Amino acid sequence: MPDLNPDGWTCPLPLRDYPHIVMGHGGGGKLSAELVEHLFLPAFRNEALARLGDAAVLPPVAGRLAFTTDSYVVRPLFFPGGCVGDLAVNGTVNDLAMCGAKPLYLSAGFILEEGLPLAELGRIVDRMAAAARAAGVAIVCGDTKVVDRGHGDGCYITTAGVGVVPDGVNVGIERAKLGDVVVVSGPVGNHGVAILCVREGLEFETRITSDTAALNGLVADMLSACPDLRAMRDPTRGGLAATLNEIAAASHVGIEIDEPAVPIDDEVRAACDLLGLDPLLVANEGKLVAVVPAGSAEILLATMRRHPLGTRAAVIGCMTDKHSKLVVARTAIGGRRIVSTSMGEQLPRIC
Amino acid sequence: MKYLTEFRDGDLAQRLAAEIRAAVTRPWAIMEVCGGQTHSIIRNGIDQLLPAEVELIHGPGCPVCVTPVSLIDKALAIAALPGVIFCSFGDMLRVPGTREDLFAVKARGADVRVVYSPLDAVRLAKENPSRQVVFFAIGFETTAPANAMAAHQAKRLGLTNFSLLVSHVLVPPAIEAVLSSPTNRVQSILAAGHVCSVMGYYQYPPLAERFRVPIVVTGFEPLDLLDGIRRAVLQLEAGTHVVENAYPRAVTFEGNRPAQAMLAEVFEVCDREWRGIGTIPASGWRLKSEYRRIDAEERFAVHDIRSVESPLCRSGEVLRGTLKPNQCPAFGSACTPRTPLGATMVSSEGACAAYFHYGRLIALGTERATCPT
Repeated sequence: MPDLNPDGWTCPLPLRDYPHIVMGHGGGGKLSAELVEHLFLPAFRNEALARLGDAAVLPPVAGRLAFTTDSYVVRPLFFPGGCVGDLAVNGTVNDLAMCGAKPLYLSAGFILEEGLPLAELGRIVDRMAAAARAAGVAIVCGDTKVVDRGHGDGCYITTAGVGVVPDGVNVGIERAKLGDVVVVSGPVGNHGVAILCVREGLEFETRITSDTAALNGLVADMLSACPDLRAMRDPTRGGLAATLNEIAAASHVGIEIDEPAVPIDDEVRAACDLLGLDPLLVANEGKLVAVVPAGSAEILLATMRRHPLGTRAAVIGCMTDKHSKLVVARTAIGGRRIVSTSMGEQLPRIC
Repeated sequence: MKYLTEFRDGDLAQRLAAEIRAAVTRPWAIMEVCGGQTHSIIRNGIDQLLPAEVELIHGPGCPVCVTPVSLIDKALAIAALPGVIFCSFGDMLRVPGTREDLFAVKARGADVRVVYSPLDAVRLAKENPSRQVVFFAIGFETTAPANAMAAHQAKRLGLTNFSLLVSHVLVPPAIEAVLSSPTNRVQSILAAGHVCSVMGYYQYPPLAERFRVPIVVTGFEPLDLLDGIRRAVLQLEAGTHVVENAYPRAVTFEGNRPAQAMLAEVFEVCDREWRGIGTIPASGWRLKSEYRRIDAEERFAVHDIRSVESPLCRSGEVLRGTLKPNQCPAFGSACTPRTPLGATMVSSEGACAAYFHYGRLIALGTERATCPT
């Protein structure tokens, strides 16, 4: 091992001796330390992380703590609109924001597969750093392990997040009430269809990109305009259908949606038609569903539409006592159907 | 979105529904043959726009549902063999065989892959010369041309590691079987538009004549289906029984001749077992002798597998149109999409799954909630 010249490193940085991840990068020795020092620290750059303690020690906060964790596994690692790094930051930030919390700190645990190009890890870490900056959170602690080649899809990331819920903010999916209105922040289905297209080599006239984004800025605007906001949730896996069903079940209400009012991009709808998928069941990574008293719907919608991530926000339905805990859609032709959650992954239809 | 949105127009749908209501004077039972039509009817709530007199009976046209359990078991046995890459359309993976499904075999280490076209499987065979690549070639006349093309290409490329596990089924013999059943209640048929886009509809006039039933070639969008139903009702009310084409933007009388030629080169008609229904004479296609070398059943010698259906599953009656899914005692209790007893609960085109996902509305009544905005 030659002497290291710290000035020679840049970020994102392929370590000179190993262009790929080797088992030693997870061994806790010199290679691990190099990875931390020359890749993670410069990218995530913050005081709490730079101390490299066994735990990040953080200043006191005012309010209730919100704490969450999620693991990010996606194939391919890079896709139109983002990469696993964007998801790992935005997903956890969004989970905090949906509770009305202001996200503050994240941890990042990496499980890397032996052979992953270091340059690729560099790009992922860079995207994480950029996403964290955009969301105004700091990545303050982390861990890296390496698994044998063939035992992982390149890079798995687990992030945990801490945020603070300001006094007076009380949102929860169990708080929806009869007559409340359901709002969605924009077109649904883009992330899931983007991943499917790149994974299966499907091409359409316009490239469909993932909607991955941190929603805490939008949420902050919504909460200040509508302090009576009752519930929020981001419709990730399971799509809009799963989220609406969760709200209906938790709040013991029925939900009726007007299917044509749900914003869906033409390309996404076409891809779903082609593959026999229901766009309401497809994953999103930068959308939210909000429940608000009917009287506040107008101001909420106007507030959301002023934010770049909410320009196509729409009222899609309301809470009803007609069919408790069920989600029912009025179809474009005036029929009705039950919107149920999927059994797991949607399976493309045969013909 | 041309050719789609204009066939989903709410006002026109209401107008067609009004015409149907105006024409109906007594009860009629109409069968939509294709599972894709069943799916669209339930998903769009088309059945709720119809007058009570018009009963839609879901037909046997779901390829996943009618593939016999013995063939699923063969697929499971082949997929589990070392060195095999088993390729299938997505919705076959959850169809239960006698003991398990392809997902379970995959979880134990089998290389089972979802493909969107049989030509993807041919490509996999080219890329993996040391592996045996098997494609599960099921479906009606709609999927058969692409499968025939895959067989043709594999032969042309001289691929020795590609084979097809074939269980193709044909629509006209199934219609004939339904209409000749002593318990038949079907008075008119909505023929499957996509099957007809390949095969044309020249096979139907003799059926319409023999059984004295109106047959309407029908598409899949809401307006296509409502127009098909409207034409069937008008004929039933008038006492006529001719073949009509309500899907002319995709279907001609002769059909797609090049596709038919490709089919004739690769396949020959055979008797075929239909899951839940039984064996129907001359109701399927198998590989011709020139293509027998790429028949996976021959290559992997999986002839003597014993297959058993669940005794609780009544999907055969559902597929024949004599039982509604929600009338089955196992529906929603012993049999759900999570624990399907029969294939009709698995496929998104299956009548039981369609009822489970969308159809609980039947118990809800039709009263509308009113949103304040």
